[in-house]
Amino acid sequence: MTRTAATPLVLQACALAKAFAGTPALRGVSLDVVWGEVHAVMGENGAGKSTLMKLLAGHFPPDAGEIQIDGQAVRLRNPHEALARGIVMIHQELLGFPELTVAANILMGCEPVICFPGWLDHRRIQREAATRLDRLGLDIPPERLLRELSVAERQMVEIARALAHRARVVIMDEPTSALSEPEANALLAIVGELQRDGVAVLYITHRLEEVLRIADRVTVLRDGRHITTEPAPGLTASRLVELMAGRAAAVSATRSETVTGEIALEVQGLGRRHRFRDVSFAVRQGEVVGLAGLMGAGRTEVASAIYGLAPADEGEVRAFGHPVRLKHPRDALALGIAMVTEDRRESGLVPQLALRENMTLASLRQFCRGPFIDHAREARIAAEQVRAFAIKEAGSRQPVSRLSGGNQQKVLLARALLTRPRILILDEPTRGIDVAAKADIYALIRRLAAEGMAVLLVSSELPEILALSHRVLVMREGRLAGELDPRTASAAEVLHLAMPD
Amino acid sequence: MTSAPHEPASASPHQSVPGGDWFRRYGLVLTLAVVCGALALVKPTFFSAGNLINIVRQISINGILAVGVTYVLLTGGVDLSLGSLVALTGVAAASLAHPGDWPALVPILAGVLAGLLCGLVNGTVITAGRVAPFIATLGMMTAARGLALVASGGRPVSNLSPAFTSLGGEVAGIPVPALILLVVTLGSWVFLGNTRLGRHLYAVGGNEMAARAAGINVTGVKLFAYALCGALAGLAGVVLAARITTGQPNAGIAYELDAIAAVVIGGTSLSGGVGGVGGTFLGALLLGVLNSGLDQLNVSAYYQQIIKGVIIVGAVWLDRRTRAR
Repeated sequence: MTRTAATPLVLQACALAKAFAGTPALRGVSLDVVWGEVHAVMGENGAGKSTLMKLLAGHFPPDAGEIQIDGQAVRLRNPHEALARGIVMIHQELLGFPELTVAANILMGCEPVICFPGWLDHRRIQREAATRLDRLGLDIPPERLLRELSVAERQMVEIARALAHRARVVIMDEPTSALSEPEANALLAIVGELQRDGVAVLYITHRLEEVLRIADRVTVLRDGRHITTEPAPGLTASRLVELMAGRAAAVSATRSETVTGEIALEVQGLGRRHRFRDVSFAVRQGEVVGLAGLMGAGRTEVASAIYGLAPADEGEVRAFGHPVRLKHPRDALALGIAMVTEDRRESGLVPQLALRENMTLASLRQFCRGPFIDHAREARIAAEQVRAFAIKEAGSRQPVSRLSGGNQQKVLLARALLTRPRILILDEPTRGIDVAAKADIYALIRRLAAEGMAVLLVSSELPEILALSHRVLVMREGRLAGELDPRTASAAEVLHLAMPD
Repeated sequence: MTSAPHEPASASPHQSVPGGDWFRRYGLVLTLAVVCGALALVKPTFFSAGNLINIVRQISINGILAVGVTYVLLTGGVDLSLGSLVALTGVAAASLAHPGDWPALVPILAGVLAGLLCGLVNGTVITAGRVAPFIATLGMMTAARGLALVASGGRPVSNLSPAFTSLGGEVAGIPVPALILLVVTLGSWVFLGNTRLGRHLYAVGGNEMAARAAGINVTGVKLFAYALCGALAGLAGVVLAARITTGQPNAGIAYELDAIAAVVIGGTSLSGGVGGVGGTFLGALLLGVLNSGLDQLNVSAYYQQIIKGVIIVGAVWLDRRTRAR
């Protein structure tokens, strides 16, 4: 659909900005949504797509800028207010109430009731649900329980629910990423149905082919900024990738070029059911191997398997030439393999413990005489680490939760390094941290490699992975899609390998 | 209301406490002092040695149980089986403690061991069976009570040897149960603050996933907590049997709730990772002082229940408020 002056704008984002813990996620993004269009939003991981969608759906307020609906500025304080104004976001993980029927799910929040006390009008619920399903051409019995449906069907039920709430804008965040080909096609057909009903669809996806097939317009975000909005007809896959990747890295590449160290870590045919398979690679001492890919490509899962957090069920891992069994992080640590996990809050920090205690958590044995902790030694080593990492803190006994993201990340790096590893796995080591801390961590990774550490670096930031790695492996849908030489490869080439066709 | 004096995150001999944390650290001591002071004003005999010893004797069973369940609560779990374990282990010990049977040490160890085994079963069901702690220990609560009734035929086991019942007596004017509580508290205080396993308990309760990622044997830590809690319940059961000179299959009903109340008043979080055994001791002491004080003031037992309930909730409510800064 092309815009004309007469086309009504349903939803407008005007210079929206949002930062989390001081790290900007969106830096002034404008976007408009036209009545009945399919509007694709694309960008690398961390470009700000999801943040933008959540702002529009009222999950949190913007720091700056405003949202307009029908030309009127609105404040959306929660998803419920967004819903009342016709904006619905369909989540991948939050798909309805599994123990209720399809009909109950569709009419959840706007159930027809008989008179005062709120008796549910079951017959009307069934009938109205059936109508919605019919209109979308869905063959799902309304009396089925939601948990009996597939993920694709659940998403469709959510869409029917959006219709029941008279949604005018439906936001979908990578709706087809977990679906099989026919399921995805069915979902895309429903997107077409919505469009015919005059509902606008805002659609985040990584699948280029899908975009070119169903989108009317495409908006590309990069580093929290709006890059372009263009009509989809006329765009090509390679042009889109170029727009998403932008120009070359801002991080200077100063690594030594070839690494001839002994092979420290070797992975052969590694696999875990439904996550990844047939992954083989090696990391030499002194080498930084980057593992790139889109979210859900299986990078974290591979790293977790090597560290024993989520053991692989096929394939072999060799550490310094010896095959090893890794069933628990303890096994990995004993072999000199340490890992800094992806999510600081979820699997990194123990927020109730102090900085010092978090730092020494994985290496406490070193600080013990028999079963007893040598508090003085622990304090001394922790203070040394705080200085070495330039951690800004108000005393190593303060709860670690009060530190900034960058300092928290340094605490976790110190925790890993205190175990004196020879192989270090870093999963998104600079996610959500400030520029200064990032620079410190880059310098640290380079120094460690120069001193002979074998580093496996998982990162979604292409400039980062290209600048730090000696070799870049790209994963796509659970498999290694290829290897690139970061000296010659561009971010666009990495993205090309990472994107599903 | 306050944090334990030895909770790792905030306790250090050389630490300067920011003003905002003051109440959290010393609030419980303050409350205890105020309550004692008020009671002393009304009842001048409150601070007499006899009365104080009496209070400590009265809190010893609940105190031992509370210290034990502190370990479990620190890991983010719960143990509802304590009261039944007190009965079961009391009966077990008493059955072996008739005059001329065995040296007193045998029934004592048997009681503790029985508690330890039940705790291990709890821990195994929770870790290996992935049953929620609430459910697993609820099951144990019912089953252990039944086992106590079966083992005793539903009748109290009496006629115990003087060597065994001396455990409930006094040494140099100080009640032995109180001494045991003191040793258990001090031992746990040192253990939780100064050993690797102690630190691991906090880590597991604070963030289980992070603990695992740091190479901590989460299953082992939890098993330890439940086993130790069971063993201490066994010890409490033995001490109770010695004090009342019978193994009572109906003893200890709802004791687990008093124990958990003491721990929670002492500042240990039910969601784990925060707290310590010093606070637990003070919590048990506060409950004991209130019980005894209200008794002496002739407050009806019915009103005492209401007052206790308000204090339990109030303590946690205050704790939340001072924490949410």
